Amino acid sequence: MPYQTTVGAMLYRFADLKTLLAKASPARSGDYLAGLAAATYEERMAAKLALADVPLQTFLNEALIPYESDEVTRLIVDRHDKQAFALISHLTVGDLRDWLLLDTTDSSILAAVAAGITPEMAAAVSKLMRNQDLILVARKCRVVSAFRNTLGLPGHLSVRLQPNHPTDDVRGIAASLLDGLLYGAGDATVGINPASDSLPTLMRLWQMMDEVRQHFEIPMQSCVLTHVTTQIQAIEAGAPIDLVFQSIAGSEKTNSSFGVSLSILREAHEAALSLKRGTVGDNCMYFETGQGSALSAGGHFGLDQQTCEARAYAVAREFKPLLVNTVVGFIGPEYLYDGKQIIRAGLEDHFCAKLLGLPMGCDVCYTNHAEADQDDMDSLLTLLGAAGINFIMGIPGADDIMLNYQSTSFHDALYLRSVLGLKRAPEFDAWLTRMAITEPCGKLREIGRGHHLLQQLPHVSGAA
Amino acid sequence: MSEEQTRLAQAKIELAQHNPWDELRAHTSARIALGRVGCSLPTREVLKFGLAHAQARDAVHRPLDFSELKHQLKGEGFRTLQVHSNAEDRQTYLLRPDYGRHLHDDCRAHLLHELAAPELVIVIADGLSSIAVQRHALPLLLAFRQRFDTDWANTPVVLAEQGRVAIGDGIAVALRARLVIVLIGERPGLTSPDSLGLYLTYQPQVGSMDSQRNCISNVRPEGLPYALAAHKLDYLTRAALRLQLSGVTLKDDSNLQAVAQLPT
Repeated sequence: MPYQTTVGAMLYRFADLKTLLAKASPARSGDYLAGLAAATYEERMAAKLALADVPLQTFLNEALIPYESDEVTRLIVDRHDKQAFALISHLTVGDLRDWLLLDTTDSSILAAVAAGITPEMAAAVSKLMRNQDLILVARKCRVVSAFRNTLGLPGHLSVRLQPNHPTDDVRGIAASLLDGLLYGAGDATVGINPASDSLPTLMRLWQMMDEVRQHFEIPMQSCVLTHVTTQIQAIEAGAPIDLVFQSIAGSEKTNSSFGVSLSILREAHEAALSLKRGTVGDNCMYFETGQGSALSAGGHFGLDQQTCEARAYAVAREFKPLLVNTVVGFIGPEYLYDGKQIIRAGLEDHFCAKLLGLPMGCDVCYTNHAEADQDDMDSLLTLLGAAGINFIMGIPGADDIMLNYQSTSFHDALYLRSVLGLKRAPEFDAWLTRMAITEPCGKLREIGRGHHLLQQLPHVSGAA
Repeated sequence: MSEEQTRLAQAKIELAQHNPWDELRAHTSARIALGRVGCSLPTREVLKFGLAHAQARDAVHRPLDFSELKHQLKGEGFRTLQVHSNAEDRQTYLLRPDYGRHLHDDCRAHLLHELAAPELVIVIADGLSSIAVQRHALPLLLAFRQRFDTDWANTPVVLAEQGRVAIGDGIAVALRARLVIVLIGERPGLTSPDSLGLYLTYQPQVGSMDSQRNCISNVRPEGLPYALAAHKLDYLTRAALRLQLSGVTLKDDSNLQAVAQLPT
């Protein structure tokens, strides 16, 4: 169905819903690359004006990617909760923004409608929202998840410790792991991106992290970010796997280019659950997403990259994950050109995911060919902290020597805690105090040469 | 220095809290044990990071000195040609990867009039790090020439401006080559602003898939040294020509050979 609006003497027509969404999207290089972006500033505003009048009901009647040919669409449609939707079913997209911002729309109401909101509705309303709106509403959404500790409680911020090494050297990884723990990081997960995909190498990584965890009785969960089918194989081979990881996207074709499908993810989820390794909860999946992946795989079907991204959250939602992470600036400037675009995308992804009920974190990051630097990351980090982000990355000195990009450091997390008064996951926090790494107030203590962890970890990890 | 000044100088050293695990740096180039001031990075580390980022940015944005490289290649007896992609400047190159993959029509017409490649064509593209190409392309090529036997005097070495890997396909087609090897500056990291990548494609066509290519990454003295990279490239090139294929079906088993016996 076509949409139209008039601005002065000019009539703007939009062929269908996906075109309207794409033209209403804040400017970003990936949508220009796809040939979907608005041609003029006025056309973009005309699209927003038209989008504001679209009833939410329309999104239930008009699939952006056909139901018959895409399993992600089928998942979105089949899982839609009409009862949860009832409360907002009379609203337009513009009304939804107003409703979300009402003081009376509080955390419990947002949690109650989450299952009635589709990814496309979330994407649509985000296009009408300013950055402060995205922050304010996301902050009201509370999503708590748990495995060996509890993540996402109000006033809390967690960190994924990312101790990567270009050749998966166990001593090198253990050194970064130790550095991170002594800086009070790692409550979200300790997650290694391996360079290798050979099972024996990966086994060693899982085992090393598990030995460290058990020896020091750390209430944390570990993860090796390799392909999900390799993790299923490893579980069968007896690997001590806490979280199962996979990159996911918003269309069947894109997921298939990653070598995954809903049935493979289901199999992996069941395999991870069967290990029963969680102590305070059983959220055992870790997903990563990022705007631009669908276009990059030729699986966007004329949808703008932010709408594709939001659809990936429907996939994540199906598996009750512990962590979902948008790796926002990793993909490069052809998708998000500069600091402004990366910041906007990070806030959109966090808002949409939280609105849909996901435990959202963000890899606040950029590559060296993007027009961005550490100052832009400071801005996004602070904004996401204000928005109540569940977790961020912690990488030694913000420099990932394996993946060659810049993210956030252990120091950055301390900065955010200090400025916004954010605490670590309670179980992990208690452990840090017990280990004399932090004061009971959460501040780092001075670590002497004789510290227990410093003395023993290299031996436990087999890294000495 | 007065007593008071000495006291102040000592206090200054102690502004930053030191981490007593800096010996673990022997195991990783990760930025560990950086110390802290309050919860923040000490000035020294902020500046070190800033310098590394500046170098990586320059690697992306500083134009490759094509005439200098051409001069050096000619001096070593290589037959050189020069082309450019559809990306007219760096900003376009960064925003439109598709433009960087396409050989400009004028250049294609020009290449069609050139003597055909006897077997291979070597393409040297600036990619995302001009420093990588400026430093490592020629030494790598010399190490490869030492190992691989072909009609080197007539083998074209094509310098490609604002090029991505796939520009090699169009060049190879225009020069009727059986195999193309693209030397290109890789996306720079803070600790590796000058990584050179090598991509080999057998019987390339415009639109060849990445799965049809073999890649050797991180070529630089601190990463994969020239001799070892040239050894791998020689192995893959011979195997590709013999088996008449490249990509995922062509495995790099060069490690199985006695690397220790390599000439350096």
